[in-house]
Amino acid sequence: MTTNTLLDVRDLTVEFMTRRGVVKAVQHVNVTVAKGETVGIVGESGSGKSVTSYAVMRILDRAGRIADGAITFSGIDVRDAPEREMRDLRGREMSMIFQSPRTALNPIRKVGDQISDVLLQHVQAQPSDVKEKAIEALRKVRIARPEERFHAYPFELSGGMCQRVVIALALACQPQLLIADEPTTGLDVTTQKAVMDLVVELTRERGMSTILITHDLGLAAAYCDKVVVMEKGRVVETAASSTIFKAPQHAYTRKLMRATPRLGVSLRDLLPEDMAAPPLPAPDPAEEKLEDKSPLLVVSSLVKEYPRQGAPGSLASFFRKKDQLPEPETFKAVDGISFEIKRGESVGLVGESGCGKSTTSMMVMRLLDPTSGSVVFDGEDIGSIPAKEFAKSPMRKRIQMVFQDPTESLNPRFTAERAIADPIMRMSDIRGRDAIRARCEVLAGQVGLPVELLDRFPHQLSGGQKARVGIARAIALSPELVILDEPTAALDVSVQAVVLNLLEDLKYELGMSYLFVSHDLNVVRLLCDRVIVMRSGKIVEEGSAEAVMDHPKSDYTKELLAAIPHPPV
Amino acid sequence: MNQRPDLDTAHIAATGAPAAAAAIATAVASAAAEKDATPAAAPAKQTSVFAHARYVISENPVTGLAFGLFILISMCAIFGPWIAPYDPLASNTTSALQPPSAKHWFGTDQLGRDILSRVMVAARLDMLIAVASVALVFALGGLSGTAAGFFGGWTDRIVGRIADTIMAFPLFVLAMGIVAALGNTVTNIVIATAIINFPLYARVARAEANVRREAGFVQAARLSGNGEWRILLTQILPNIMPIMVVQMSLTMGYAILNAAGLSFIGLGVRPPTPEWGIMVAEGAGFIVSGEWWIAFFPGAALMLAVFCFNLLGDGLRDIVDPQRRT
Repeated sequence: MTTNTLLDVRDLTVEFMTRRGVVKAVQHVNVTVAKGETVGIVGESGSGKSVTSYAVMRILDRAGRIADGAITFSGIDVRDAPEREMRDLRGREMSMIFQSPRTALNPIRKVGDQISDVLLQHVQAQPSDVKEKAIEALRKVRIARPEERFHAYPFELSGGMCQRVVIALALACQPQLLIADEPTTGLDVTTQKAVMDLVVELTRERGMSTILITHDLGLAAAYCDKVVVMEKGRVVETAASSTIFKAPQHAYTRKLMRATPRLGVSLRDLLPEDMAAPPLPAPDPAEEKLEDKSPLLVVSSLVKEYPRQGAPGSLASFFRKKDQLPEPETFKAVDGISFEIKRGESVGLVGESGCGKSTTSMMVMRLLDPTSGSVVFDGEDIGSIPAKEFAKSPMRKRIQMVFQDPTESLNPRFTAERAIADPIMRMSDIRGRDAIRARCEVLAGQVGLPVELLDRFPHQLSGGQKARVGIARAIALSPELVILDEPTAALDVSVQAVVLNLLEDLKYELGMSYLFVSHDLNVVRLLCDRVIVMRSGKIVEEGSAEAVMDHPKSDYTKELLAAIPHPPV
Repeated sequence: MNQRPDLDTAHIAATGAPAAAAAIATAVASAAAEKDATPAAAPAKQTSVFAHARYVISENPVTGLAFGLFILISMCAIFGPWIAPYDPLASNTTSALQPPSAKHWFGTDQLGRDILSRVMVAARLDMLIAVASVALVFALGGLSGTAAGFFGGWTDRIVGRIADTIMAFPLFVLAMGIVAALGNTVTNIVIATAIINFPLYARVARAEANVRREAGFVQAARLSGNGEWRILLTQILPNIMPIMVVQMSLTMGYAILNAAGLSFIGLGVRPPTPEWGIMVAEGAGFIVSGEWWIAFFPGAALMLAVFCFNLLGDGLRDIVDPQRRT
């Protein structure tokens, strides 16, 4: 151990006591962090990356314990230090940024007060000057108008702003080590860039060390000096980030890199080398003439308005000061958009959170009534059928959807078979238990779900298997249009690669059209023929995937594309 | 308000780490699932309800105790009249007011009736009132609460106001009033007990239904062509059942207490029918003269029954939750 080393984790093994015996979450892990260094720990869910960082802070759950190995933090033995000393260390010497900024902040206290508390607690400020220092801290994390934001509650701030406040809290005591556990998961790509730039800049400025825990190789490559790749509780590779992506040594690192969607690859390239898949069918001549085909879905000047809180007539407007301008009474989530989808076409609907892409998909899906505008599906105006009655419409089975969160979209009390069978029982002619079972088995085969898993409950399935159940349910009635609402957002990259390929195969096999709603431009590029970029309820740009991605016209699209962290190719 | 980051992280760790542990367990389980994806291994994966119940009971001996008590009370309720050593109604003035002895384990009352026999036989009536009222309130309160939470709007307002109105009364006094107004019968005790428990059920069910209203699986059910009522009954209700079962167990104890309370003050069941509440009321007068056993044993039975159902609630939650069964 050199004098330059801040944190030294040697041969760390962490065990959890569970009902089925002892589970080794982390085994023989070695990580060193030098002063001022940024180390990325990369791995998929269950790889033990978070557990490693919890062990370093010694905030493991009661069921978990450090079974073996040593953790040394600036000369202190973390494993055997008394709890009192650890408490002193946490917050002052090492601090942590958690995944969800909103839950890390106290919802009923002003953010300024929360920062003041920390400053006072660690004697960084006196009661007389604490407010100025808190505002200064907010200014340092680039929060606009910090004097006003001092009085804001967490719910009044956006996700990115909340994460900035959390960073301000974490850095308030000038710690030597910052552990960022998936700090940008759930944030938009442009916000992610801003937050990560800020973290790196502030930590560099202060000579701090950072551990960045992430599942995103691109993010680790863009911001870390050194990358540690973990798989199933073990470190498989440690190397400088400049070399690891050029010459990955371990098979798992290569697999992860292959699976990450990036520039200049096709869907098939994402699959691991040993998973041979037939090449995608070459576009046949009929498809070349896509323009000649009649549009399957035509959406024209679609609008969705929501009443704004504090509209006239409510108490809030009564108490509003006279000189304040009245706000518009409604808020337009979707502001007059028009587009069409042809048969057999995949259209990507892209934008950041709050841009109206989900609202649009819900209206097309007929789960939500539009305020005005029309949705014409195969020549029939389905927008005029109330959403409540659409469940009984014969059109229902022609439009289906794959949901964002595979876990949440499956009823925890239904088996996989029951979930897939639900639309069949309600809307098809197939009757009788054996016939339905047979249909479910065919569908399971189509989506690559082992038939014996049909009898399991959702919590007994892995993320990828649940995604397959969701897809099987959506295609059960052979719909013509499937809306994919970020179907891979909750999945690991290697699972995502497989699911995306599956979706592409199914599209060819069953001749479906896709409306792919996503914030991930790299994924959209791989799967879609055409891309629609939305912002604030309006369409900013529309065109073929190549044209929009490679030669974006609008500034917003350019900004979105620039914000994606890319691993060096 | 303490915002020291060290305490903060410790707090988050306390909540976050179990999640991490659970994530690991799931990951391990799913890894195992991928491996043993053969038809032979699949059925072994599913643990039976019975085996799971045994696991929960062995983990938590208090639940085991509660189950033991529950079985004892149920046996008395079902077989009471046949296994009771004496006729619970036969009076024998020659052996009145005898203290507990080998012949009369719980002693005898002022008319010479065997208290043990009366306590055993009374279990049936008290349990019947409790089960009937809980079933009634589950059907009324549980369903209307679920509908209120799921549909919102006017349904929600009406159910909510009804619950508020009932809550505005002192509940036991309300039950007294209902029984006094409708007449002194067992049916009316059941109705009164169900009405005073209505707000509890409606509110719990409403809150649980409300959070699941826009859940992904509900939307998916809409896409599958299910109407709103069908979704309510087949998707929402089964997911609320674990919480409702716990609620039912807890209110069972309360219902027994309520029925006994009504009988104690002379409403509802009338002597000489054996019922714990009346027996306590009858024995109360003899405590001052030293004959404590007349009120003590029915009172102890009452207490144990309530205690048993309260403990059972926690155990049941662990058993009925599918997430806890792997």
